[in-house]
Amino acid sequence: MKSFGGPVLFLDRSDINTDEIIPAKYLTEITKQDLKPYLLEDLKLPGFDPKSAKTLGAGVVVSRANFGCGSSREHAPWVFEVNGMFVVIAQSFARIFRQNMFNCGMAAIELSADQIERLFGYSDAPDATIEVDVAKASLTVSGGGRKESMQFEISPFDQALVLAGGWVDYADGKY
Amino acid sequence: MGMTTAEKIFAAHLVDEPFAGTKVLKIDVVMCHEITTPIAIADLMARGKDRVFDTGKIKAVIDHVTPSKDSKTATQAKMLRDWARRHDIKDFFDIGANGVCHALFPEKGFIRPGNTVIMGDSHTCTHGAFGAFAAGVGTTDLEVGILKGVCAFRQPKTIRVNLNGTLPKGVYAKDAILRVIGHLGVNGATDRVIEFGGAVVAGMTMESRMTLCNMAIEAGGTSGICMPDQVTVDYLWPFISDSFASKALALASYSAWCSDPDAQYEQVIDLDLSDLAPLCTFGYKPDQVKTVAEMAGSPVDQVYIGSCTNGRLEDLRVAAAILKGSKIAPGVRGILSPATPQVYRDAAAEGLIEIFMEAGFCVTNPTCGACLGMSNGVLAEGEVCASTTNRNFMGRMGKGGMVHLLSPATAAASAIEGKLADPRKYLK
Repeated sequence: MKSFGGPVLFLDRSDINTDEIIPAKYLTEITKQDLKPYLLEDLKLPGFDPKSAKTLGAGVVVSRANFGCGSSREHAPWVFEVNGMFVVIAQSFARIFRQNMFNCGMAAIELSADQIERLFGYSDAPDATIEVDVAKASLTVSGGGRKESMQFEISPFDQALVLAGGWVDYADGKY
Repeated sequence: MGMTTAEKIFAAHLVDEPFAGTKVLKIDVVMCHEITTPIAIADLMARGKDRVFDTGKIKAVIDHVTPSKDSKTATQAKMLRDWARRHDIKDFFDIGANGVCHALFPEKGFIRPGNTVIMGDSHTCTHGAFGAFAAGVGTTDLEVGILKGVCAFRQPKTIRVNLNGTLPKGVYAKDAILRVIGHLGVNGATDRVIEFGGAVVAGMTMESRMTLCNMAIEAGGTSGICMPDQVTVDYLWPFISDSFASKALALASYSAWCSDPDAQYEQVIDLDLSDLAPLCTFGYKPDQVKTVAEMAGSPVDQVYIGSCTNGRLEDLRVAAAILKGSKIAPGVRGILSPATPQVYRDAAAEGLIEIFMEAGFCVTNPTCGACLGMSNGVLAEGEVCASTTNRNFMGRMGKGGMVHLLSPATAAASAIEGKLADPRKYLK
């Protein structure tokens, strides 16, 4: 199973869409690895630079509501995957993006608005890190000398997909 | 207790419920295009499982970038083409026969009431217009669909949206769905089916119902759904007349998929559209909606008419009626992309293509191209497009470009004036 955790990339806006995550013009690539340079290329947020060491060094993304809305392109989870980001944590997700994450054996974790706010409380800490235990449905956030843990809800099916390494492996053995 | 259409379809297609709340459904129609399918094909090949569950239930088309614009898109097209040949997929549509998937496949009669439909394309929800459950999925879901003919879903709740009253002159399905999205918000229907009903929907053509259902995803909806009725049967009749002795029998059969009168909805929304004015989007989210009157005068560089939302014959008729005898404003680029070869042919036969060209439009072949900024009408930085498409995200039609979503009528009026314009003054 993939390791779930690492330095955090905070994206402080709702409705971050799939065109911002990976613009359509790059959907002509036919390997996941070829998507790597284009991560979040068109996302405009104050202080955000898609090419910065902070962005590229992240292992976890934390954002607000309706993350991944728009297109069905699985290139959105893939571009995170090839950049070593296997977890996205948000207040809510668009359905297709959320399913695509779990189908790839990655994790799209929904937290309450209050929990998300607490995570954003670490956004000023340069060493903010989140470790996720999908099996136990818990995560630990640390940074700036502080540390706390929280539980999250994850459907048993999504959990099973992560443990199986994705939907193809899960379905192929079963159906 | 009564059931909604979506609940009936889920019950009839249930293969497995591996965990509470997760339903694995048998899929009736698996649709494929050249952008999201090749990686699924490559993965199946790498796994030594280059098979398809049922060649007759797989439909494939090259539509997003066609004819191919460069080596990469040519490779994607070739991968889909070779795969379709290898597996003897009869319903494969290539150059000369290809068109925008969500316009082409309904035109071929592939979707029937009660069907489950998936495609690696978010606007798959369009096909719910036929009383089907039709959901956009990612490449992995598509891959499993191709291999096994199943797909997993959370049981969606249903939001019933009643469009009441009658649409005023100059106001169309596109305005109605923008009104609905403005009401629900961009995630107001996430994990929900939007079931459309009411007098306005009952009076709509299948084309208009497809426009409605097409944009369910812009409110986060899994599928739009309209109840199958006489309009549905009339549309499908050329394809089903061998299966039913009469239209009445077809209607009786399909009506079984309609939501029961005592079905339970999560929410019922009643909107009276009798006073609705032409609408358009003003920002970078599809729920940012204003009246065209409020936005009138806002300059545009390009006007685009086409796409799975509004590239069908009735859309072209509406736009042509406004453009007839007029020229588009100097400095504005007009682009028409009829959604399918049949739409193109019919429009030519009716003289519509001539009207567009006389007005100064460029007419392209059927393709998704410009809608997602891939080809045939990409915007430059800072440019604005009045577009009959479905998504106005920043840079959607080209990096740094802006899109106003609107009806074909508003697009035509805006082309004439070179700025957003209310179409009603052009209607006799």
